[in-house]
Amino acid sequence: MIPELGHFALMLALLIAAIQGTLPIIGAARRMPAWIALARPVAQAQFVFVAFAWGVLAYSFITSDFSVANVAENSNSELPIFYRFAATWGSHEGSMMLWVMMLAAWTLAVSLKSRNLPDVMVARVLGVMGLVSCGFILFVLWTSNPFERVFPVPANGRDLNPLLQDPGMVVHPPMLYTGYVGFSVAFAFAVAALLSGRLDATWARWSRPWTTVAWCFLTLGIMLGSWWAYYTLGWGGWWFWDPVENASFMPWLVGTALVHSLVVTEKRGTFKNWTVLLAISAFSLSLVGTFLVRSGVLTSVHAFATDPRRGVYILAFLVIVIGGSLTLYAVRAPKVGVGGRFELVSRESMLLANNVLLLAACGSVLLGTLYPLFLDALNLGKISVGPPYFDSVFVPLMTPLVFLMGIGPLARWKEAEVPDLWRRLRWALAVSVVTALVVPLIAGSFRILVSFGLLLAFWIVASTVVNIRERTRGMTGGIIARIRRQPRSYWGMILAHLGVAVFIIGVTLVKGYETERDVQMRVGDTVSVGSYVFRFDGVTERKGPNYTAARGAVSVSRNGTVIETLYPEKRAYNAGGMPMTNAAIDSGITGDIYVSMGEPVGGGAWIIRVYSKPFITWAWAGFVLMALGGFLALMDRRYRTQARPAAAPARVAGAAGAD
Amino acid sequence: MNRKLLIPLVVFVVLCGFLFAGLWRDPREVPSPLVGKPAPAFNLAQLDAPDKPFGTADMKGQVWLLNVWASWCVSCREEHPLLVEFAKAKIAPVIGLNYKDQPAPGRQWLAQNGDPYTTSVQDRDGRVGIDYGVYGVPETFVIDKAGTIRYKQIGPITPEALEKNILPLVRELQKS
Repeated sequence: MIPELGHFALMLALLIAAIQGTLPIIGAARRMPAWIALARPVAQAQFVFVAFAWGVLAYSFITSDFSVANVAENSNSELPIFYRFAATWGSHEGSMMLWVMMLAAWTLAVSLKSRNLPDVMVARVLGVMGLVSCGFILFVLWTSNPFERVFPVPANGRDLNPLLQDPGMVVHPPMLYTGYVGFSVAFAFAVAALLSGRLDATWARWSRPWTTVAWCFLTLGIMLGSWWAYYTLGWGGWWFWDPVENASFMPWLVGTALVHSLVVTEKRGTFKNWTVLLAISAFSLSLVGTFLVRSGVLTSVHAFATDPRRGVYILAFLVIVIGGSLTLYAVRAPKVGVGGRFELVSRESMLLANNVLLLAACGSVLLGTLYPLFLDALNLGKISVGPPYFDSVFVPLMTPLVFLMGIGPLARWKEAEVPDLWRRLRWALAVSVVTALVVPLIAGSFRILVSFGLLLAFWIVASTVVNIRERTRGMTGGIIARIRRQPRSYWGMILAHLGVAVFIIGVTLVKGYETERDVQMRVGDTVSVGSYVFRFDGVTERKGPNYTAARGAVSVSRNGTVIETLYPEKRAYNAGGMPMTNAAIDSGITGDIYVSMGEPVGGGAWIIRVYSKPFITWAWAGFVLMALGGFLALMDRRYRTQARPAAAPARVAGAAGAD
Repeated sequence: MNRKLLIPLVVFVVLCGFLFAGLWRDPREVPSPLVGKPAPAFNLAQLDAPDKPFGTADMKGQVWLLNVWASWCVSCREEHPLLVEFAKAKIAPVIGLNYKDQPAPGRQWLAQNGDPYTTSVQDRDGRVGIDYGVYGVPETFVIDKAGTIRYKQIGPITPEALEKNILPLVRELQKS
């Protein structure tokens, strides 16, 4: 009975979303206050029903109700409770439900946090989100119903894919989806602005915090996914340029461009058309990503079972949503003025270059991802595009971007002068060049690519230091007082930019100095990697809650003293399926030692993989810093104070409108 | 209206065309460059009779299947019952290529799981596997009377692949 209630609640949510997507928009166009006032309550009602439906699904998983087909296929009574909960989004149906749930949550947030916005704007924004929600709920109900029953009821479930039975996988999808779906808010604001014809600085100010939140979550989501791949796939890689990774990376690149271009639109009133296009593109790419993952047009480790009906549906949905908004853009955008002028060398032009580079990067990822599809569709053969392509395209695009990252924040709006910038930054450049040359020598061996990567990273750090010094120079008081006097959004930017530097350092050093050995080891055999010596001490059997593991013991010593023992595992899950590798990793600030078990080769010997990954933790720390920078910027005073005084009149206006 | 503003829409429409075309194709289907080419010749020791070599020449004039297997291969177990069934029906001879394996575990594996093979030959260092472009075990080739490869199954044989692709092809080749 309970799953049927969930199903029914979702149907009601569809009806409510349909109302949310039509009446307020019509009301806004025709100036009908009663219809405009519908937007908030209807959006909140939609959230209640979607949350109920989603809660029912989660409840079915937690209580192991195997009469629900989705539970029977993706869970098992032996599964620990948090994985049973995470199994809620472990399937195609479940992850689409999570998408719908996130969209409803974002809609609720907009309806609650928009008191200082004109009601007409809110009506349009929530209306657009309602339409998007309609599309997704209909998709779930029509092609991917998670509440379907099976009869006869199986005694036990088939189990969650062992790859997903991992703490990282409990957190990664919700984070990623929060970010993915969060761009729908920026999208809705952009479409609402196009509908109203009012595309101005106020619009940019409203959509900026929403975009930043979504961007932060997407950043964290991508990082968690990469980290998960690193420690569960057992061969030490952390980014594979897999179509699904690319699908999350493309919105991130465009989202990053959007975060920057919104600044220009808000502060200088320029780039309006461009910003609107970015807002539409960021969410469109989220949708395209969903299509790529769900339709099976590309092979990927993440692909769920495919069904052409689903692909056709999502494609049709893409055509309506993206095609519709781009048409609206083509028709409406010209009405919006070009905005203020700026010189060739100015902060505007540098941010524009930043945008172009990020977009070019996104374009090349899209091209690489879809190239096999293009060739196949034109009958030109089957190929696959791998990391060499992406690596060779990415570095040349990121280099000027990083260079500008150092100059941009120091350049003046409207007009900056090259000699002046040179005078302020020459020491930063000198320091970064020298450091980049010296550090690899200290690290042991000089490699040109390592040196180059470090140059980029130190350039960001050095120019950031110059920036902070200039900002705080004329001030009185101690360091703390000076720091506090700068707005939080400023420190947010600094933190995020330093995050990029930290990320580059991590990637550069791990690419340059990582070592790996794949060896066949008998009990007592040793292998050395760098200054570490690894001894294989044999394998014992260990029983987990729902698996049996062959647990290897590998002791690590340095200079003759044993530092620690690592326990990599090879797990066989009781419910069957592929054996799983669980790498044992000793993580530290200066890098990881990574041991994973390969195959048994008979006679008690195993293939053991041993990796030394210097500074890999920095790659993830960089991403965390970027996200923290974003969150810090959100705590800026203007977002807090702005909400309060403006709230009162807005509420009065809202009440008057409702009458 | 400014024409430039239509560019994003045009790009998107073209993209959709490709995405739509992509829906009707299977990206996992990788055509083997060997299909239509003569099967690379081999002459290897048999698993049961190491002193008696066996090779492609012995199969001339017959339609046969070459199945690449190994005792260490997990997904071979998946397709094995199908192969046993296929052999029982005596539709066509199946030759096993025991790939990168030791004779003893190989023989033991066949004793445990059933032996569908007319004979299995030992490809201990995987040289013949390279000739055949094997990049994952199991793989299965359908070879016609003239010794030309007509079909390649990558990964385990599924009931679907057997019904739809292999059986009709074998029957057709046997008629000609």
